[in-house]
Amino acid sequence: MTRDIVKPKPTAAGLSIAVLLAGLSIGFFIVVALATGETAQLGGQGIVGLLQRMVALGLVAIGQTFVILVGSIDLSVAALISAVAVLASHIMQGDPAMILPAIVICLGLCLAVGLVNGALVAYGGINPLIATLGTGLVIQGVLAASFGMLQGAVAREFQVVAYGGVLGIPYSILLLAALSLAAAFVLDRTLFGARIYAVGGNPDGARLAGIRTERVTLSAHVVASLFAGASGLYLAARLQSGTPWIGRDGIYDLESIAVTVIGGTILAGGKGGVAGTLAGVLLFASLDAGFNMLGIDAFLKQVLRGAIVVAAVAIHAVRSKGHVA
Amino acid sequence: MSPVPQTPSSLRRPARIAVNAGLVIFLALYAGIAFLQPNYLEPGLFMNFLRRAAPLVILACGQLYVILTGGFDLSMGAVATLVVLAASILINGDPETTWAVIGVLYVMGIAVGLVNGLVVAFFKVPSIIATLGTMLSVNGLALAWSGGAARGDLPDNFRNLGRLVWREVPLVGSLPLAAIVLAGFVALAWWGLNGTVYGKRALAVGDNPRAAELAGTPVAATRILAFVVSAVSAVTAGILIGGFSGVSVNAGEGLELQAIAACVIGGAQLLGGRGSIWSAVFGALSLFALFTLLNLIGLPQALRDSIQGLILIAAVGASVWRGRRRT
Repeated sequence: MTRDIVKPKPTAAGLSIAVLLAGLSIGFFIVVALATGETAQLGGQGIVGLLQRMVALGLVAIGQTFVILVGSIDLSVAALISAVAVLASHIMQGDPAMILPAIVICLGLCLAVGLVNGALVAYGGINPLIATLGTGLVIQGVLAASFGMLQGAVAREFQVVAYGGVLGIPYSILLLAALSLAAAFVLDRTLFGARIYAVGGNPDGARLAGIRTERVTLSAHVVASLFAGASGLYLAARLQSGTPWIGRDGIYDLESIAVTVIGGTILAGGKGGVAGTLAGVLLFASLDAGFNMLGIDAFLKQVLRGAIVVAAVAIHAVRSKGHVA
Repeated sequence: MSPVPQTPSSLRRPARIAVNAGLVIFLALYAGIAFLQPNYLEPGLFMNFLRRAAPLVILACGQLYVILTGGFDLSMGAVATLVVLAASILINGDPETTWAVIGVLYVMGIAVGLVNGLVVAFFKVPSIIATLGTMLSVNGLALAWSGGAARGDLPDNFRNLGRLVWREVPLVGSLPLAAIVLAGFVALAWWGLNGTVYGKRALAVGDNPRAAELAGTPVAATRILAFVVSAVSAVTAGILIGGFSGVSVNAGEGLELQAIAACVIGGAQLLGGRGSIWSAVFGALSLFALFTLLNLIGLPQALRDSIQGLILIAAVGASVWRGRRRT
């Protein structure tokens, strides 16, 4: 596998991809809305709806960006999302007093899963695809086997996360925005962020420079799991109760990888960022909204989606020199 | 690069160890099965085991070609689903057309493989993304074509490929047609990697594409051919699956990950450079023996996923550990 040399300012190229993608997505959305005569979609309500489509995938994808930047990958997020959604609704049982304990326990679970993933990858030397596929299967199996005992529903007050808002802006969008900014700040402005780029760009070089690369990889996995947990909590709030399949049915594992790569983060690690990932999520959201306005049938939508994933990555991958696998 | 006289031994040694790992796991699991159900030692039941394991083994052989060259093929399961649904629609109850339709199915499969290979080789899209895209598209296409529900039946002469069993065969007792298809496919796949120059090229490309290119290996062609072989294996497996499970819209769901898992359990190295056809064969047989064993123990269906996950991590962890000890 060939690796590019890390540039000191890795965000410059990433930003232009982000701007281009976001422009294309918004352009597509506006053109479709005008062409189908659904101009109401261009009002405040429509825009808020569009942004709200981004929340669940956006949260997972930010976490996925961290692990991909460090040169790893996380396939266990879909199962973890389901687990968190189910666990949150089971602990709450509709009781507002249990909201905080539920959140704490769920994030604790995510922390544990992230630590296991990170330990297997960083210290065990196991290929991240296999390690996280394995932990994902373990979570999925335990969840499906015990779901009978884990019924429940989230508290009505907790659903405010999905349905409430201030000044017409839903809390969920504010949450996504805040966490995106925090993630971008961490990656661009902190030592931890710099280390992530260093380890992803050239692990041997990073180790020789005195970075404890294993710890950085481990931390990135913990971040990814926590973001998956946030996404699971949001889905629980939106759907009132979790099922063991919401993560898998949403294909959050593969789609979060796809939007991250579409946004210009390279799978080998060391290059990319949160802005591109969010633009990728926006692309998916506006395609979904656009296809709905056009009344394209669900299966054809999937066909187009697949083609667009490939095309979107091909546009900037085709110029890369060397080989990819 | 090591001096010429040393090359054969240094190349062959890890491969032999890898084979042993898959074979040992398979024998241990099959011993467990035989302990619980002694009649699994009869040739008849073993043949039946092979018949049911055949699709996974064939898929794993195809996936191995892609893994050797350093990639992944996530579109296999979708291709298998497409094959099952397309066969029922195209044959439409007329047994006369079966063989022509099988030809059409292979053409469709090869087309998907070519798209995967061309996108990876020329657009430089990482294979995990490229084949994810074709997986979504092919799945959507299959569902759109069939209207989202299984319809139509497969005629007997098509289903026989998966479920016909000859009784009273000397030596083995009973002989399923699927086992012959399996043996034929594995033999062809073995020949492709060991009887032609392709096997060495695939290993070279998977190990270090740049070095392979400088040495004159046609990297793009090697990659594309691997994806075509993988798609052909998915079509073959789809035909067998249609044979013994009939038409269903989720016929191939999850098979791609099982195939990758099988290759890895058998000792093939992800991202290329190491593995043999026996990694795929014994890895797939191990995985299927594991499913059978868990079934016999009576473990809840759901927990089987968990055990599969643990075995996967353990198998790869063990090979990493062996590798570390060697160096």
